This record gives sequence, structure tokens and C-alpha cells, in this order.
Amino acid sequence: MRYIGKKLITMLVTVLIVTLLVFFAFRVIPGDPAVNMLGIKATPEKVERLREQMGLNRPLIIRYLEWLKDFFFGDMGKSYSYGSSVSDMLKSKIPITVALTLISFLFVIAIAIPLGIHTAKHEDKWYSKVLDVLNQIMMSVPPFFIGMLLTYLFGIILRWFTPGGYVSYRDSFAGFISYLILPSLAIAIPKAAMTNKLLKSSLLKESRLDYVRTAYSRGNSTSEVLYKHVLKNAMIPVITFLGMTLADIVAGSLIVEQVFSIPGIGRLLITSISNRDYPVVQAIITIIACIVILNNFIVDVLYKMIDPRISR
Amino acid sequence: MLDVIDLNIEFHDHITPETVVYDFDLHLDEGEIVGIVGESGSGKSMSALAIAGLLSRKHMKKRGQILFDGVDLLTCSRETLRKYQGNDISMVFQEPMTSLNPVKKIGWQVGESLRIHTALTDDEIRTRVLKMLEKVELPDPEDVYDKYPHELSGGMRQRVMIAAALICEPKILIADEPTTALDVTVQAQIIKLLKRINEKTGTAILFISHDLSVVRMLCSRVLVMYHGRVVESGDVNEVFDHPKEEYTKRLISAIPRMEKLKP
Amino acid sequence: MNRKIRENFKLYTGMLISGLMLILAVIGLKFTPYDPNEMDVSSKLAGISMAHVMGCDNFGRDIFSRILAGIGTTMTVAVGTVFIGIVLGTVVGALTGYYGGRVDEILMRFNDAVLAFPALLLALVFISVMGPGKYNVMTALGILFAPGYARIIRGEFLRCRNLDYVQSAKLMGAGDMRIMFVHILPNAFQVMLSTIAIGFNNAVLAEAGMSFLGIGVQPPDPSLGLMLSEAQSYLFVRPGYAICTGIAMVLLILGFSMLSEGLENNA
Repeated sequence: MRYIGKKLITMLVTVLIVTLLVFFAFRVIPGDPAVNMLGIKATPEKVERLREQMGLNRPLIIRYLEWLKDFFFGDMGKSYSYGSSVSDMLKSKIPITVALTLISFLFVIAIAIPLGIHTAKHEDKWYSKVLDVLNQIMMSVPPFFIGMLLTYLFGIILRWFTPGGYVSYRDSFAGFISYLILPSLAIAIPKAAMTNKLLKSSLLKESRLDYVRTAYSRGNSTSEVLYKHVLKNAMIPVITFLGMTLADIVAGSLIVEQVFSIPGIGRLLITSISNRDYPVVQAIITIIACIVILNNFIVDVLYKMIDPRISR
Repeated sequence: MLDVIDLNIEFHDHITPETVVYDFDLHLDEGEIVGIVGESGSGKSMSALAIAGLLSRKHMKKRGQILFDGVDLLTCSRETLRKYQGNDISMVFQEPMTSLNPVKKIGWQVGESLRIHTALTDDEIRTRVLKMLEKVELPDPEDVYDKYPHELSGGMRQRVMIAAALICEPKILIADEPTTALDVTVQAQIIKLLKRINEKTGTAILFISHDLSVVRMLCSRVLVMYHGRVVESGDVNEVFDHPKEEYTKRLISAIPRMEKLKP
Repeated sequence: MNRKIRENFKLYTGMLISGLMLILAVIGLKFTPYDPNEMDVSSKLAGISMAHVMGCDNFGRDIFSRILAGIGTTMTVAVGTVFIGIVLGTVVGALTGYYGGRVDEILMRFNDAVLAFPALLLALVFISVMGPGKYNVMTALGILFAPGYARIIRGEFLRCRNLDYVQSAKLMGAGDMRIMFVHILPNAFQVMLSTIAIGFNNAVLAEAGMSFLGIGVQPPDPSLGLMLSEAQSYLFVRPGYAICTGIAMVLLILGFSMLSEGLENNA
């Protein structure tokens, strides 16, 4: 419990540092947001009034605290380019990106863990060398390229799926999920290949340790030794890796959304970066940062659950 | 009860096959304590692992017979072998730290053989495990039950290993250098514990060591191994007082003042 | 025995592929068959021919030349990124590792926080502040890679600080700077080799990703990521464009990942 408390505090501190950094990063940009909004032809009085309205005249630290408070209560400011509330803009897009991320992550686990166990078990078989080479290549393919290959294969040759035919989750949930399968695979394949490799080498390393011999000496069968003894130990490095992977998947989904024309936060982020629409960029980055930090916290707790030796 | 006849072990993972045990013979009666001594690389641990059925079958050839109650453990099916492992024949290893699974609780590990070989309920297993932890003289068994290996000292871990090995009341306990990794004072305690267990339960012990004085304290008979061969065997006092082979003589002369360590 | 050959095989294959890509990159920077940016409306989306071995893109530019040039750009950005990362990382890591203390603690906390985030995401923040372009991508990624290198260098310096040869160098009157850069650093780089190769890969991936999104390398500079995003629009009519570009990218990454694993196994 003390461990979790400690991690919780670390997590909150990290959130503070990150939001602070993001906030200040967008304040060092040259240019006055009030001028940006009104255009360069605006009169100085008008600009001054808007600056007062937007609270730009107060000290940065006060503005940061206010921003933090507003953000916490779901008020993320107004978009420069659209003039609408950022939280309203994000509300419909976040579930899409979250769904894409989660499905991708599930694919990584569903592919990598059985495959890693299988290849470790049958390391000496002829096909394991072939799988190794294939795995090495899969690790090197960027998700957006896989996405294009999948689009070409399933969309153009096999015609199993309509490229760009995104279905909103409001219209049809099943349609929404099935449209997300290929993009998720595109994100998942290289990550699954990496996880598979790590799990396999971790399993092989663990199975050479002494406690495995002890387990056999008690009359366990090979698969009992694997599932009751080796797997839990071998999962320890894999859990850390999966934690980092989830953070990477969030970033990867931003790109793959572009390939498959999915209207998630990725597209909004890219257009906002191009339009220099900072409130939107700031909100999205902060949200993603919070997700990543929360994810790291969960990994830490999981870690503690699986490895009793951790007590820091 | 246990008869090993002409056991030969060959490794095939190098270009030229390498024989590590030649024509090993051993007889072990119920309730007996037999020692195998020799320096590292003499083949004593290999023979012990072979008897426990723990030499992996890859890259390795074994010839001869290991008869346990008339069943040849070398040729029987893997399933039959597993029925004996942990139930009739169990083993304690040199390194208690690495020989215990770091992520499983002590109670779980000690009770594992019971879960594999019997149909006892969880409560019954718990009771037996606690009783066994007490038998190996661990203080506060309830507390140890829920601990992880890294939370115990070396001596306590080896007691846990012994408890786990004895939980099914096996006929043979193979102890492969069980005290080498421990402090001298703890060594003596573990040796005494093994002796008491042997007297109380009648479990036969195959005690592998490079430490002649310990073997003399504990065992009734001894085999001396050198370069994969048994060079001399017989009653402990007979072998140690009147060694026939040159190698045994040298081994004995290397022990400082044995008389003092006699029980 | 067998294992050793297999690991070396990885190293040699990695070196082979990376060497090949390096040669292509050098060719791509100077001697492409066509000017990669020369547009020729008459050969718009032309198929494979003797004149254009991989056909032409939507502006009638020779795809093969553009891929060569793209490999050149991508490699330049990656090398630049790794270089900036190493220089910054080495300075920070060496100073904190060698002197330790409060500054070291604070910097390492900060380091851990940065390392926990996907580099791509932070690079997006940088780019939105600094604007897109080849050099900004290099700088942003380089700064973001620095903490990773700093951490390794710091570890090596911590370890080496108390080793006998460093102590004896001290006794012989070597100054701190001399000890750090003449005595310890060469050892630290030994450890860094495989990390550098991985960093190279991450740089290639990040650059490609950002250019693909249109906020990395800007047109008309050829970059593999940028070309892939253009090729996507013509996937239906000219899939070869995307596939050739993608394969070039895969080979670039594959070579260095094998190289890095081979180095790691060799150490």
C-alpha cells in the first residue's frame, strides 16, 4: 500500500511537471494570441481589451494555475481557428482514439503472448528459424506502411473493406469496431513482433535457471513448469515493455489515423499544429500525457503485484 | 530399493562426444544414508541428477539401468517418471536462493508436490505444509508460509527446500551439496536436521558432497568418484580408515585433523 | 559455437544491409539518374520502363531517383539527430555522472519523465512551437534523444569514476576534463554502440512518421515519409510507388536493428 501511495505521488508530480512544461512551451512562442485572433489590422485598444479578457496581462504562474484548474474541470479554452470550445471538439474524438489504442493493444497481447510461448517451446523446430526472420522484418516495418499494405491487400485486391469508409460509433458500433480492425493491426504488428521476441528470449533465459530444475524434480510436466513457474517470471520484463508499448501505440495511432482517414484526435492534432491552434494542441498533448502517466502508474502497480522483490 | 547398474552418461553437444559418468553402480536400501564424494567435475552431481530424472534428454545419451522398486527410470515413460519425482524421489540442491521460484510464496512452493501427487484439499495441504515447516525447525511457520524466498536467510531457504522435498514423505532424498553455499554454523545445523529426519521418517538419503568430514558424520556407506568413475566404495569407516585407492588416500590426507570432527 | 555464428550472422547481415543503404544514400545525395525534383508532366504517373525503373510519381518525377534522394535525406536527418543527441547526452551524462550531487538528481528525475513519453509526441510539441522542416526535426529529435544517451553515459561514468585506472590517472595529476574525455569516454562509447544504432532507427521512424504527417521534412525535399504519404493517394493506380518507398524504409530500419542486436550480442 505504501508502495502504491508513493507511486501515486510520483504520478501526480509528473503530471504537474508535464503540464507546466506544455503550458510554458506554448507561451514562449513569438506572437501575441490576441493579435493572432484579431488579425494584424486590429487597433491597439481592441487588442488590449482582448488581452484583458483572455487574462494575458496577469503573471504566467497565475495563468498556469488557472489553466490547470479549468482543465481539471473540463474547460480547455477556445480554439483559435474555430472559436469553439476545445472540450466540445475533443469530446467526440477521444473515444475514437481510445478505442483504436485499446484494440491495437489487445492485438499486441493476443498475437505476441501465444506466439512467444509457442516459439520458445518449439525453438528447435525448422520453422522457428523462418519465424525469427519474419519477426525481425515485421519489427522494422513502420505502422503507416503496414497500414497502406493492408489497405492495398484487403481494400483493393480482396475488396473486403472500403478504404476511407469510416463508420461512426454513433451510427453502428459493430461497423465502427470492424473498421478499426485493420488500422489496429497496422499499429499492432511491429509492436507484437517486438513483444514476441522479448517474451521468447525471456522465457528461454528463465527456463535455464535453477528453480526450473526444482519444479521438474517435484514431478511437474513441461507445460506445468512453463505455465506455473516460468511464465510469471518471464513476464516481468515483458510487462515493462508492454507499458512503454501502450504509450507508443498512442503516438502510433495519431499517424495511422491519417492512413485510414479516422477522425480521431490525431487528425485534429495535426491540423491544429499546422494552423498553430495552440489551445487545441496544448489540450491534446496534455490529455495524452495524462494517459501515458496513468498507464505508467498501472504498470508500476502491476509490476509490484507480479514481482514481490520490488519494494522501492 | 534403488539399484543403479552400469550407468553411463555421454554428452553430445560438442563435436566429440564426452563421457562424464562411466559404469556407475549404486545400491541404496530403505532408511540408509549413502554419500558420494569427489571433487567438482567428478560426475557425482550428474549421477544424482540422472537418478532424479532431471537430465534433459537432448544432447545426452544415458546407458545402463536405474531401477527403483524394479522400475527402470531410464526407459520408463515420462509420465511414469513424473509419478516418482517429488513423490518417491525428491531432491535438494546446492543453491537454495536460485532453486526457489522468486515470485511464488514459500507455502505454495512447499505444498506443490502434494498438489501434484495427491488429491488433498487446499486446507489439508496448508496444514501439512505448516507441520512440515515446523519439522524442519523453521521458527514461526505461519509467518514463513506467506513469505517470498528473498525475505529469508540462506539457512532458512535451505530448510524450506528440504521441507518441500520431504512433503510427500519420499523414500529417497537426494541432497546435492546442500550445505556448500551456507555458513559453517548453518551447515552443521542442516546436517543435523537431515540426520534427525532420516532417523524419524526412515527416508533414505543420497548425500553428495566434496566435504569428506561431513560425509563421515552423516553417512553409513560412501562412494568415491574420480573423473567419472567410482574408484572406491564401502562402509564409511572402512573406506576412510583403510583406503585402498591412491586417490582416496590423497583425498583423506587433504582433510585437516579429521578425528576432531567425528561425531 | 553454433550460437556464436548465428549472432555474428546478424551483425554481418546488418552491416551488409546498412552499408548498402549508406552507399545508396551517398548516391542519392549527389548522383541520382534524374534530378529528384525535376517535374515532367508528360511522364506523370508513368509505369515501369527502361527510362524510369520504378516509374514516375504524380508530378512526373522519377521515383527511383526520389527514393535514392529520400534515403539520403532520411539518413542525413537520422545522423544529425543521433549526433545532436549524443553530443548533448554525453555532456550532460558525463558531468552528472562524474560529479554527482543535487544537480545530478534533479536532472535524472527530469530525464526519467522525458523518457517515459513517446519521442514522437514530444517532437510534435517542438514542431508546433518551432515550425516544420528538416533542421527543426533534427533539432527536436536530437534534444529528445539526449536523455536516453545521457542516462547510459552517466551510468558508465559512475561506474568508471572509482575504477583503478581512473584513480591512478588522478594520482598522476590528470585534470578532471582529461580524465573524463580521455580516460572514461572511450569506454563509455563502447557501451553506447548498440544504443546508437537503435537511436538511428528511432530517428528514421520518427522522421518518417512526422514527414508522413506533413509536419516533418517539407516538400519539395524528398523524404521517404513524405513520399509514402503522397504515394498513398495513388495506391489504387500505382501501388509500386508506395511499396518501393516502403521497402526502402524497411531495409533502412532492418539493417540498423540487426546491426544493433549483433553489436549487443558481440559485447
